[in-house]
Amino acid sequence: MVATGKLEEPAAAALTRTEPVSAAERPMTGARVLCHALQRERVDTIFGYPGGVVIPLYDVLPEFDIHHVLVRHEQGAGHAADGYARATGKVGVCLATSGPGATNLVTPIATAMLDSIPLVAITGQVSQGVIGSDAFQEIDITGITLPITKHNFLVRSVQDIGPTIQKAFHLASSGRPGPVLVDIPKDVLLATGDLGAPAKLDLPGYKPTYTPHRRQIRLAAQEIRNSRKPVILAGHGILISQAEEELKALAEKAQIPVGLTLLGIGGFPQSHPLCLGMVGMHGFSHANRAIHEADLVIGVGMRFDDRVTGRLSEFAPNARIVHIDIDPAEIGKNVPTAVPVVGDAKQALGLLVAELDEQRHEAWLADIADWRRIPPYRAKTDDTTLLPQFVIERLHDLTDGKALVTTDVGQHQMWTAQFYKFDEPNQWISSGGLGTMGFGVPSALGAALGRPDQMIWAIVGDGGVQMTLFEFATLVQEQANVKVCIINNGYLGMVRQWQQLFHDRNYSETYISQPDFVMLATAYNMPARKVVSKDEVDDAINWAQSFYGPALINFVVGEEANVYPMIPSGGSFSDLIEEGD
Amino acid sequence: MASRKHTLIVLVEDHPGVLNRVMSLFRQRGFNADSVAVGHAETPGVSRMTFVVDGDDKQVEQMTKQLYKLLEVLKVTDITGENTIQRELALIKIAASDRTRADIMRVVTDIYRGRFVDATHDSLTIEVTGPTDKIESLLAMIRPYGIKEVARTGAVAMSRGASGSGLTLLRDQVA
Repeated sequence: MVATGKLEEPAAAALTRTEPVSAAERPMTGARVLCHALQRERVDTIFGYPGGVVIPLYDVLPEFDIHHVLVRHEQGAGHAADGYARATGKVGVCLATSGPGATNLVTPIATAMLDSIPLVAITGQVSQGVIGSDAFQEIDITGITLPITKHNFLVRSVQDIGPTIQKAFHLASSGRPGPVLVDIPKDVLLATGDLGAPAKLDLPGYKPTYTPHRRQIRLAAQEIRNSRKPVILAGHGILISQAEEELKALAEKAQIPVGLTLLGIGGFPQSHPLCLGMVGMHGFSHANRAIHEADLVIGVGMRFDDRVTGRLSEFAPNARIVHIDIDPAEIGKNVPTAVPVVGDAKQALGLLVAELDEQRHEAWLADIADWRRIPPYRAKTDDTTLLPQFVIERLHDLTDGKALVTTDVGQHQMWTAQFYKFDEPNQWISSGGLGTMGFGVPSALGAALGRPDQMIWAIVGDGGVQMTLFEFATLVQEQANVKVCIINNGYLGMVRQWQQLFHDRNYSETYISQPDFVMLATAYNMPARKVVSKDEVDDAINWAQSFYGPALINFVVGEEANVYPMIPSGGSFSDLIEEGD
Repeated sequence: MASRKHTLIVLVEDHPGVLNRVMSLFRQRGFNADSVAVGHAETPGVSRMTFVVDGDDKQVEQMTKQLYKLLEVLKVTDITGENTIQRELALIKIAASDRTRADIMRVVTDIYRGRFVDATHDSLTIEVTGPTDKIESLLAMIRPYGIKEVARTGAVAMSRGASGSGLTLLRDQVA
């Protein structure tokens, strides 16, 4: 609803506009204060969608050197800001109006919360005079997002905008990162005030511990010295704290093999001889076996999530646990911990390396090498069916393993994690904790805006892509260098796999119809191809790589390919299913 | 691990919505609170929440850690144990006739040190303060007479001895 006030006659209004108003003469409205505050945080890109209460903000946005990416749905804005953050390491910013605009951000905010992504979500709110009256497009978004934000704010005066934005960015990006929502009523955007000087932040209840306690480091080092069969489990925290070098130094100095969680992929090169690859539900058999037989598990920047541990009572049954994490609440939450180390992964690992002498675990590494000779699941090469794993492998080879890859959630996500052998940090963008379908395309959009130098491959399923394919329009509008790669098996494949294995092949509601993706992409002015056989794969990938800008390849793959190995939900290593079991 | 009653003192910044944040955390994580009492602490701008919760040591440790993740939470102390003063206030309205009035008055005043704060010809209203188990015991004693209404504050608690809440120290560290 438009705020009512004294309406000027159009003619009179035109007369008052004869002289352009200089920047200095423009009133410092809350909307302008907000833009200045964002610029002070070095924001250059925001993903948003206009609406009633944020019109004052959109009114002034063109005055600022901030690229606003107009998405097609606020969910797209949220995931794009998330993808931007994961690709750049900076804070991602999304913007939505009150009511439905704000509620459409709920899934992206929750996605960022579960994966510790620095995100600042700005929402408009109805004017303070009508808050609480169920006004048009009023919703209590700070209430709604309470459990899915690291913190949130309702800004009640224009003078609070500057300090609040400063706090929001600090909270989002420090300690264990996470999403912060800032809700700003329309009257605050219209009121005049000023930005104020950057303040020394007064957050007495927020003091993340970066430097670990020396005593805990000594105890952790002693555990490593005492261990004959140690394993490091490296998570997303390695990437967040940029501890890749320290992790490598520790692994090499103490000769400890490294398993990766889904979001830890990229934290340690998969080509490294000490790398076990992904662990957990669809992790490699030798990686899970190493954990099962280990006498010491060193978890770093990870949270012993159920997709990693399976049944807790049988997880790493012979191991003592050293757990390094910046969030003390993660330590001891799921597994009993022998040595807790609260601190930043980079610092903790650096101190551990310094504390330790070189170690050797030749017998242990030889055991693991034996298990590794059992090759990880590989697609059978048959000539009639295009196998999804083959597509991912070709994609890896033809992009030199250097592409930045986003995914949706499901089988294609696991195949990508298994068969695209990521070596570098921040190449892999995927919704881990929340498992958000529809994440792949919009997060690729955000990654492309943050890293215009990079080619982004959005590997998605035919189910997930249909959740957010309206953002094809945004890819084209921004000429984002995103290649959408649909692994199309006509099913909601991961659910179908569970139905096959655990529900007597009762494929209830998992066959899902689809549009002609090539025709659809073409309608959006996005070049597209369809691939149905093995010999077309390389040509299509090379074609997509031959130009800058969005493209789509629809890989029609076999319907019933499964992701193996698999430890069923709530199972343990002894329940592991290999291919054909 | 054995489940038992823990008393948690949670010092929070006195901002709008803080109580909501704390209670939302309890709901979200499935923590169970027997009682919550909230009021001002010794420092302006700080509220003191007293929780009586049921849980084993691991659960209470997790509660404490999750509480610390809330921005406005300044300090969490588990003061469960012998060395704690715990008090709760209850107002109790009891049905009373000429026949029972004397008995009720004797039980309330002699044994439980309660005070009478209101009376009508068929009711007595008493005020009683003490540890939660004393209130429970009084309620059990007078239940046969007919309890018409009960209002309880929930427990507040404090450690014995000279040391304070630790808030001053905390503030000094921050400044």
